[in-house]
Amino acid sequence: MPDILIRNARVLGGEPTDLLLRDGVIAEIGAGLAADGAEVVDGTGLVALPGLVDLHTHLREPGREDAETVYTGSRAAALGGYTAVCAMANTSPVADTAGVVEQVYRLGQEAGLVDVQPIGAVTVGLAGERLAELGAMADSAARVRVFSDDGFCVADPRLMRRALEYVKAFDGVIAQHAEEPRLTQGAQMHEGDVSARLGLTGWPAVAEESIIARDVLLAGHVGARLHVCHVSTAGSVEIIRMAKARGVRVTAEVTPHHLLLTHEKAESYDPVYKVNPPLRTDADVEALREGLRDGTIDIVATDHAPHAAEDKECEWAYARPGMLGLETALPIVLDVLGDDWELIAERMSYAPARIAGLDGHGNAIVAGAPANLTLVDPTVRWSVDPTGLASLSHNTPYAGMTVPGRIVATFLRGVPTVLDGKVQK
Amino acid sequence: MKHLLSTADLDAATATEILDIATEMASVSGREIKKLPTLRGRTVVNLFYEDSTRTRISFEAAAKRLSADVINFSAKGSSVEKGESLKDTAWTLQAMGADAVVIRHPASGAPHRLANWVSGSVLNAGDGTHEHPTQALLDAYTIRSRMGRIDGLHVAIVGDVLHSRVARSNVLLLNTLGAKVTLVGPPTLVPTDLNASVQVAYDLDAVLPQADVVMMLRVQRERMTDSYFPSAREYSRRYGLDGARLRRMPAHAIVMHPGPMNRGMEITPEVADSPRSTIVEQVTNGVSVRMACLYLLLGGAR
Repeated sequence: MPDILIRNARVLGGEPTDLLLRDGVIAEIGAGLAADGAEVVDGTGLVALPGLVDLHTHLREPGREDAETVYTGSRAAALGGYTAVCAMANTSPVADTAGVVEQVYRLGQEAGLVDVQPIGAVTVGLAGERLAELGAMADSAARVRVFSDDGFCVADPRLMRRALEYVKAFDGVIAQHAEEPRLTQGAQMHEGDVSARLGLTGWPAVAEESIIARDVLLAGHVGARLHVCHVSTAGSVEIIRMAKARGVRVTAEVTPHHLLLTHEKAESYDPVYKVNPPLRTDADVEALREGLRDGTIDIVATDHAPHAAEDKECEWAYARPGMLGLETALPIVLDVLGDDWELIAERMSYAPARIAGLDGHGNAIVAGAPANLTLVDPTVRWSVDPTGLASLSHNTPYAGMTVPGRIVATFLRGVPTVLDGKVQK
Repeated sequence: MKHLLSTADLDAATATEILDIATEMASVSGREIKKLPTLRGRTVVNLFYEDSTRTRISFEAAAKRLSADVINFSAKGSSVEKGESLKDTAWTLQAMGADAVVIRHPASGAPHRLANWVSGSVLNAGDGTHEHPTQALLDAYTIRSRMGRIDGLHVAIVGDVLHSRVARSNVLLLNTLGAKVTLVGPPTLVPTDLNASVQVAYDLDAVLPQADVVMMLRVQRERMTDSYFPSAREYSRRYGLDGARLRRMPAHAIVMHPGPMNRGMEITPEVADSPRSTIVEQVTNGVSVRMACLYLLLGGAR
């Protein structure tokens, strides 16, 4: 493997400098480094960020290889500037045993474009009835630390309490999909004036907030770590802020789409805008942005959810919820937060790596650190073309939108996975 | 006008034009030969994903009186039961040269989706809990012919507004035509943020003396098991229209119901069969109004 010399890149938007990547680590940083036979990558005008880490990705394999595979999802991730993604457990079969998480882990290794870290299911078959073998998944080759029934809420308070407690033994964390199931029966979109008008069953904010309120109290009671998936309401932000002030070990994520899009999108009845939790109001978007800036919300996670055409080109009520996210996450965050590179690195790399326990990722860009990097051209604005994305599916809500920031190159332990905006495998 | 998906798409002038054309169509229905050659050679498909004999027959009669060829496509026992998607069905209808598709569907917004996939006109004949525009138009027609006007009238819409496509279409159209609307029902069944310009009330007896039109909605007994209200008996006691309540209404006020009725639940036979009730007229007017809609969409008045 040849050394890589990145010329004149601006680390987190700082002064231009050279970075030498050798043997998987950043060997040297400084102006005017000697090439010494290294492959030179021109970083002029580009911002160097630590490789992004996604705590919430659906790769669909095993089970729905027509929508996405570990390989195609890895390509999308690398093109989005990611060097690690956490693969959600709601596959078929469900990732609720050591065998399945090891399979996903191995597929990620074979793809070799990003580190694919499997997430294990909390309950057997995501059924919410009894604990899956969390310890076996933790002890497996996949070294699972994050557990989630995502797509479903661990609704039973007693089961949730046990899960939170049990994973303390191996510093695990439960990532909760906060949705009170009785309050969201048949729910299709955010409950409000738009759902009333469109005649679509509402998904009330309180269904999310009541579970988060319960779970932060439970986590505080048993002294365990809780992670809240895809926070979507102003009330949730407020509850998490309060819990953090009380010292509860809670972390939270927000998706790019909840930072940008609102429930009026449903007026088209185009299910590309159907997602769970649903798009909410302007006031919610404002509160989520503020929470992300002030640290109440720790990270941005994509909830990348590829779906086959037939699951989206249909009636709204029959469509599956979810949208693509990996290739557009950084542009949307740039659009929303502006080019505060320190903040972006914290929310999209350092913090998610910390929560997931991924030691090799989310490190500051200093000599000796693993060479997981991405180079971004913040001056380029590009139009999102669903068929131009690497994902096998095309369900992006940003089709035709012009977004800022193009990922030019990504390096996984010093090996380029993306160069000139093109994926290398 | 290409499609009729929602009464929100109708401005006052267009809505009034439809009602005026319907008046002319009604005179055709009174003739010995109830037929106009207007849509000869045009194909109208009735695409029904829900059983609704009343609405389907009404559309079928309307299309036939305009001399259109009518194809009835019911989801039961068809390719749909074999798993065909709406999009594929749309392409099939497209390939058969449908000039208009009248669609009834249990999913809100299905007609809007269909309109993306066919080149002909789409008429919404009721989609989920969203809208039923021709029902609202025939209701407006009925009000106008009974009361002489719509502008300035006070219309109370009573019952399960939350799940009612009839209510949604009526709220929009009655607003456009200048009526004042009050929604009445238990708080569990009346969304407060449906429309900024409507009133919401929970006490039917307080509203009745001020109403010019009382529109009763069908209440499904299943709502009981979902705890929207405790029992059918309690519902009728609080929100059912009986003789005593009818007598609280002004002498000129009328009672409407889109059908099918639950006699004894939201309306008593005494009220349903009284001369103040327009229920049978509504059915008759439905054909004229649907003729007007098909004429406008296909006959090309514009």
